[in-house]
Amino acid sequence: MIHAAFLIPLFPLAGFAILAPFGRKLGNPLAGWLATAMVAASFVVTALVFAGLFQLAPAHRSFTQSWFTWFAVDKLNVGAGLLVDPLSMTMAAFVTGVSTLIHLYSIGYMEHDEQFPKFFVYLNLFVFAMLMLVLADNFVLSFFGWEGVGVCSYFLIAFWFDRAAAASAGKKAMIYNRIGDAGFLLALFLIFERTGSFQYHTVFARLGHVGQPSLIAIGLLLFLGAVGKSAQIPLFPWLADAMEGPTPVSALIHAATMVTAGVYLMCRISPVLHAAPDAAHVVAWVGACTAFVAATIACAQNDIKKVLAYSTVSQLGYMFLAAGSGAYVAAVFLMLTHAFYKALLFLGAGSVIHAMDEEQDIKTMGGLAKLMPVTAVTFLIGWLSIAGVPPFSGFWSKSEVLLNAWAVSPALWVIGAVTAVLTAYYMGREYFLVFLGKRRWNEARQTGDGYARAHATAGEHLAGEGSPLTTPEPVAGGHGAGPPHPHDPGWVMRLPLIVLAGLSVLGGFIDLPFHPNLDLLERWLNPVVGGTLLVHHFGVGQEWAFALVDAALAITGVLLAGALWRAAVEHRRLEPRLLAMAWYIDWAYDHFIARPGDALAAFSAAVVDSKLIDGAVNGVAAAVRVSGERLRRIQSGYVRSYALGIVAGIVVLAAYVLSRAGS
Amino acid sequence: MSIGASWYLVLAAILFTIGAVGLLVRRNVLVMFMCVELMLNAANLTFVTFSRVLNDIGGQVAVFFVLVVAAAEVVVGLGILVAIFRRKSGATADDAHVLKG
Amino acid sequence: MPHDLVLGAATLPDALTFAIAAAVTIIGAFGVVLARNPVHASLMLVMTLFGIAVLFVEENAQFLAAVQIIVYAGAIVVLFLFVIMLLGVDRRERIFADALVGQRVVAVILGILVLVEVILLAHHRWVTGARSVAGSLSGSSSNVAQLGRSIFTTYLLPFEVTSALLVVAVIGAIVLSRRPRRRQTEGGAPDALVDPDAPSLSLPAPRGGSAGTGAADGAPAVSPPEEVGAR
Repeated sequence: MIHAAFLIPLFPLAGFAILAPFGRKLGNPLAGWLATAMVAASFVVTALVFAGLFQLAPAHRSFTQSWFTWFAVDKLNVGAGLLVDPLSMTMAAFVTGVSTLIHLYSIGYMEHDEQFPKFFVYLNLFVFAMLMLVLADNFVLSFFGWEGVGVCSYFLIAFWFDRAAAASAGKKAMIYNRIGDAGFLLALFLIFERTGSFQYHTVFARLGHVGQPSLIAIGLLLFLGAVGKSAQIPLFPWLADAMEGPTPVSALIHAATMVTAGVYLMCRISPVLHAAPDAAHVVAWVGACTAFVAATIACAQNDIKKVLAYSTVSQLGYMFLAAGSGAYVAAVFLMLTHAFYKALLFLGAGSVIHAMDEEQDIKTMGGLAKLMPVTAVTFLIGWLSIAGVPPFSGFWSKSEVLLNAWAVSPALWVIGAVTAVLTAYYMGREYFLVFLGKRRWNEARQTGDGYARAHATAGEHLAGEGSPLTTPEPVAGGHGAGPPHPHDPGWVMRLPLIVLAGLSVLGGFIDLPFHPNLDLLERWLNPVVGGTLLVHHFGVGQEWAFALVDAALAITGVLLAGALWRAAVEHRRLEPRLLAMAWYIDWAYDHFIARPGDALAAFSAAVVDSKLIDGAVNGVAAAVRVSGERLRRIQSGYVRSYALGIVAGIVVLAAYVLSRAGS
Repeated sequence: MSIGASWYLVLAAILFTIGAVGLLVRRNVLVMFMCVELMLNAANLTFVTFSRVLNDIGGQVAVFFVLVVAAAEVVVGLGILVAIFRRKSGATADDAHVLKG
Repeated sequence: MPHDLVLGAATLPDALTFAIAAAVTIIGAFGVVLARNPVHASLMLVMTLFGIAVLFVEENAQFLAAVQIIVYAGAIVVLFLFVIMLLGVDRRERIFADALVGQRVVAVILGILVLVEVILLAHHRWVTGARSVAGSLSGSSSNVAQLGRSIFTTYLLPFEVTSALLVVAVIGAIVLSRRPRRRQTEGGAPDALVDPDAPSLSLPAPRGGSAGTGAADGAPAVSPPEEVGAR
């Protein structure tokens, strides 16, 4: 069964290959069902391969399937093949699983969109690229997948490309990713130079021969790639803008899968991080700071999706904190549970947006719980999971991360703890404003207030203050003008919500700290990361203490949110402009990098190109012309002048001969 | 026999120079032609001188051919001059400047 | 090895002959260049050629001296005279006014330079050629015999080629001076190269006004007797 691994990426690729030329003919909704079927088939195969892997003894759970030689030049030999081991199969499992659910959801969400088939073409292509990323057996093939998901992210963010904001957001995502990719590439070069290979197994085996500076460099450069892909400081502004894409895209790519590619990379290179502790510390600290900063920003966002976007950045920060602390299992665990509840939250948000006629400002919602019960309940589960309230999955995964953070440095734990409180708080704020309280959407719609506020958040200030801001998501639902009539969506959209909610509840139980037999995930991942895992033995009492503290933090955040936001809609001092504008980081990039860049480009076009380069070329032409005109006068027509020239030539030649005569 | 060959060579040099300067200075085409003949004669003198120095008949053979070719050249050259300058009497070399650039 | 350019002692008659011949040559050359009347110039040319012929005899090139007189002085200069007569002769050219600026100055300077260079070249002891490559100059047979032997054996091809050249030259001269038949205007060879309206600096219209009538055609060497007589 394990040999069928090649089918895992092949199904989505086939889906792409069929839908690209024929998607339009298949139409709505057949194209969507085909795409979903393909990804579902991929999930089934993944499950089978997973089972096959499970049957092998733990030490032998690593299987390489080589396909072909991609390119071979002198000493450089890059092949294409799959590496089937616990880590990659875990990734593949949740990628295909969550993707299937989101494909299903999209059939309903994108129902009224004209470009329905194209959406699924891109989605399938994305799944293929993501699978190549996680299943590859060498760095270069992973990079192929890395780039592939970046490109698909661009396609999907800018799916409604006739909207300026969407096109610009897609471009922004691509550029930020590219900056990270430069780091990835440099790391690739360094890896090859130092170890002579790109295969994971070979590289890790040869790490002993690589000097410490190189190891740190490799680690940091790969982390730079991860920073770009997973939106950490300082390359995170793109993720908020990426919310311009359709909500299923945000759920799939910018919550569950693509952004976790960076975390996967860090886990995959655990031997490198283990051998270069300095790099690992950098990873951990950057992760922790990002978690905190993003959480603060999320506290002041008014767009339902932007809160979730910054929440994603924050949670990713936790994952990097875990990876940098040597707690790779915790990182994977958090990645897994986060995929469940974040996708759930996004899909729920999509359901709300759909119901509210594309309205996204949470200040203009309220009281939706009774009208959309399924959405409200699943969203509640998602909130409690992300907050870390026991016994939901988020509690278990976050606890493990914080526990290992304390082992590295108490300061990291403090940052993580504060962030945990903030996490519970801002999600609670969102929940209360959207689902509970008064129904503000009746009046807000009539006064037209809502739209302006929905978009006066970080990321859109670039359109200029006071200028007509971007138009909201185009009408993917067929609701007309007038107050919306919110209701739960059809079963196609409800089913994924329910499944994900179930997973959010139960997902935590795969790795429980109470008993050595219950930490299933840790034992499962042991062959891959076991050697590099930070092993810290806490006493049982200590572990309970930490667990209680974690629960307390979560509940504190929940209560805080309830106290502040149950009744009120505005708390000016808690939503300061600094946070709403994302600490002005994006603004700073625009003013100090982008605008000078534009000025330089304008200068280059006007001066360097027109005057210098064109001037040089035209100058050469002019010089030729002028010199030609001057030289023309030598031909005077007078024979005697020519004769004079000849005699002068004779004089010169004779002089030359004379000068040589001495020798 | 003899005067040193270097005397002859100097004489030929002087003759050549006079011919060259005359070619550049005079405007009457026929006199210019005659100056060319002067230069040819200077060359002939040089050839003969070296023929004597090297005891080689080849120099005189060269002079022989120079003579023949000079004759042919004069024939053709004067034919051209006649063809060009017949129309206007008193035309000088400077009048044929239509081919200026 | 540097040749000793002085072969034996110079005897007085030789020296005297050389001096006189050299003087004649130089005076003739100056005369060619400075004479205002082209006929005088051609007579001076004859003088030069005679001087050169004497020098040829001095240098043991008797045949060449004879050929020089016969061909150069006797035929070529005569050709010159014919053409001078044809094109008009009496105008005196102004030597000391030049249309081209600076031409004379530069010409004189260049001339001096050429002279200096050639003398330097001549003075240097670098006669390195092999002796008697094409046949010995001195020897038992006469100069003519030696010359003939060399021409008809070693240099036969150039000889044949130059004889063809002579034929070509004759044909060319005839063609060049032929009067084209179909011309409406007064006949004459293409005259576009000379601007008929430009003021002429040298010769006036000849007496008899042969210019413009176009009656005078025919190669200088083959001019029909009537034409000459008609003038």
